[in-house]
Amino acid sequence: MTALRQVAPDMDPAALPRDADIRDALELDSLDFLTYVQTLSESGGCRIEEDDYPAFATIAGGADFLAAHARA
Amino acid sequence: MSAANTITYREAMREAIREALRRDDRVFLMGEDVGAYGGCFAVSLGLLEEFGPERVRDTPLSEAAFVGAGIGAALGGMRPIVEIMTVNFSLLALDQILNNAATLLHMSGGQLNVPLVIRMTTGAGRQLAAQHSHSLEGWYAHIPGLRILAPATVEDARGMLWPALEDPDPVLIFEHGSLYGVSGQPGPGQVDITSAALRRSGKDVTLIAYGGTTGKALAAADVLSAEGTEADVVDLRVLRPLDDATIMESVGRTHRAVIVDEGWRSGGLSAEIGIRIAEQAFYQLDAPIQRVCTAEVPIPYARHLEEAALPQVPSIVAAAREAVAS
Amino acid sequence: MNERAEFVMPSLGADMESGTVAEWLVKPGDRIRRGDVVAVIDTDKAMIEVESFHTGTVESLLVGTGRRVPVGTALAVITGAPPAAEPVSPEAVSPEAVPASPEKRAARPRRLPSAPGAPHAPAPVASPLVRHLAEQRGVDIARLRGTGPQGRVTRADVEHAEPAPEARVSPLARGLAARLGVDLAGVHGTGRGGAIRAQDVREAAERGAGPPPPEAVEEAARPPAEPAGARAVPGADQERRREAMRQAIARAMARSKREIPHYYLSTTVDLTRALAWLRERNHDLPVSRRLLPAALLLKAAARAAAEVPRLNGFWVDDAFVPGEAVHLGVAISLRGGGLIAPALHDAARLELEDLMAALKDLVARARAGRLRGAEMTEATITVTNLGDQGVEAVHGVIYPPQVALVGFGKIVDRPWAVDGLLGVRPLVTCTLAADHRATDGYTGGRFLGILGRLLDRPETL
Repeated sequence: MTALRQVAPDMDPAALPRDADIRDALELDSLDFLTYVQTLSESGGCRIEEDDYPAFATIAGGADFLAAHARA
Repeated sequence: MSAANTITYREAMREAIREALRRDDRVFLMGEDVGAYGGCFAVSLGLLEEFGPERVRDTPLSEAAFVGAGIGAALGGMRPIVEIMTVNFSLLALDQILNNAATLLHMSGGQLNVPLVIRMTTGAGRQLAAQHSHSLEGWYAHIPGLRILAPATVEDARGMLWPALEDPDPVLIFEHGSLYGVSGQPGPGQVDITSAALRRSGKDVTLIAYGGTTGKALAAADVLSAEGTEADVVDLRVLRPLDDATIMESVGRTHRAVIVDEGWRSGGLSAEIGIRIAEQAFYQLDAPIQRVCTAEVPIPYARHLEEAALPQVPSIVAAAREAVAS
Repeated sequence: MNERAEFVMPSLGADMESGTVAEWLVKPGDRIRRGDVVAVIDTDKAMIEVESFHTGTVESLLVGTGRRVPVGTALAVITGAPPAAEPVSPEAVSPEAVPASPEKRAARPRRLPSAPGAPHAPAPVASPLVRHLAEQRGVDIARLRGTGPQGRVTRADVEHAEPAPEARVSPLARGLAARLGVDLAGVHGTGRGGAIRAQDVREAAERGAGPPPPEAVEEAARPPAEPAGARAVPGADQERRREAMRQAIARAMARSKREIPHYYLSTTVDLTRALAWLRERNHDLPVSRRLLPAALLLKAAARAAAEVPRLNGFWVDDAFVPGEAVHLGVAISLRGGGLIAPALHDAARLELEDLMAALKDLVARARAGRLRGAEMTEATITVTNLGDQGVEAVHGVIYPPQVALVGFGKIVDRPWAVDGLLGVRPLVTCTLAADHRATDGYTGGRFLGILGRLLDRPETL
């Protein structure tokens, strides 16, 4: 959530459905999305490949990915 | 690579001489023991039998005499290949090489080319002690009027001789003694004698080597790669005139340079390359230039001391690590 | 010595008619150097940090904060007194014995951040003589603890101090810092002996603001939803700002369409090689160092502009004035509406990795309202990239007085013939809107041709 607020300070990500496409809902461009993934990768201590990016399109997908990969 | 296609560096050089003798009847080989004995490093084994004593000529043990004779033959329209046993002994012919071969074109106002090729063995690593082991090619690279080649691969050993013979001016080919037994593919048979070659690509550091140190630099690059550092390996191939563009292009990408030279550090080829980088790519540098050279001693005879004196894979790796860390 | 200069409300874009001093960063008596940031100007589009063109002492401030004045209005008076020219007065020889006069104190240079990452500690008080001595001995006065009255740094303090170790900065890092506008004083070196290397500069640039300026400290107490360093606009103000920005864009675009005879060209480029190269390059890198396709597109546009200089510059007084380098304007849409196109300086010569870092920094600062004056006025050609919104082509409106605008659409998979075979390839539509007064279609076509060739050879970018 903090990662999302960083790139979209004017939106409230907490109000988002967990399966909404955050790029559409929060009007993120590719740079915002990269920043979002970077923040998650660094704070989660987990490597995220470019191939994994689609998982992060929704909050639920990102959470599942991090839960499965973090310090595995 | 099928084993059938591979030959040794020694065979590649012999094949190159054989091709030259066949293609051009002005070409002949001369030197100490190149005929009946087949060459001190067995490069010319069998050529006397094939081409006869007119074209494969054993000479007396006088480097000054037979190099001088080679220069005379070249002036007279021949295309001699002169073999000197090691670079240490070439000093006996230094007067001929510097004062005649390299100079006559200039002193004759452009009238007298000296189309001579001199081959010699260089380098250490075979316990031949301090009178047979030095790397003095950097001295020759100091001299205007000469082209200096250092084939590091079987392909270059096979392909450099013919273009060297076609060069209207004197060309010196330095064959590192440790390479004769190395196998590889000979390639199509001719290569350029003007440029350096990128033997491996990496983005983190440039390793600059030539001749006998090219293989060590490549082995060091493997070790570095396992640590996550990717090295560019530049094989100079031509020590004079140096191919600055290839060096600067690589350093411009990696921003770090390690120069590996089996010569001594003081006043050597590594110093020349280092200052050229400083002159031409200073603003690209992200770390001090590193050098890995031979210890400033006469090459020792004892194996462990000899190994300790020479650039080795671990010392190249250490220098590259330092460049990346500093 | 007493040369007077006026610091005037600058024109921060063709569409700016007036501005408001949002904040003064200097006060009367402060010494400033050319290039120091002296004020934050609210242009309606953004808060811009504006640099002084003069070196000297601020004599007086003529316009208070919050007042809206036309471009060209004098805002402050600066008297020219280069710091080095200050005479050494006799009493300064033993400064610890003589209390500082108020003028002297006020005259101490206040170091202002000229770039992100600058440290912001106020300089300690010391007499000119002591400063001179410190300079001679290579002692950094800011690191000393003064033992004189009120913490003044005395001559003895300097004499006993260890000389500052010479900053170790690699040549590459030094050049990079200059191009990215990073103050090396604020960069932490990770090389041997603390040497600053290129990667340290890139990281500093990416961190952007570095340590916060003092006036932002209280803002740090705000809820975490605020991006760091952001100058939050009070809610009531937001609507007014949005409206004002709309007006500003309206003026600039109307002027463009009124004055500039646009011509439009477009071409489709196969990005197969570019994307494969990018993928390979990004593969082993941490997310923070990966490149976006946008970085390739921007770099290619900048390089093409460098090769076709007649598209890179300004149309002023019925004549073309070429840009001194390619300062690539990047159209950035602001959250909540509006558009701003600050410049990536010397983009054609930035390495991709540095360009990516500079782009991240620029976007972050544009959105946080922390752009600098030079970035607002110096763009020589602008790029708009609407690919993220899903459009396939954009036929742009030139930002006057520039003479060209490059557009990139979305990268889409489409059937495409290569060597007589039909395959599915990632394509992008590149467009050029150019000023027909400055160039003809032939020049524009050359630009798009070069652009396409560059994108087909990503390793050369």
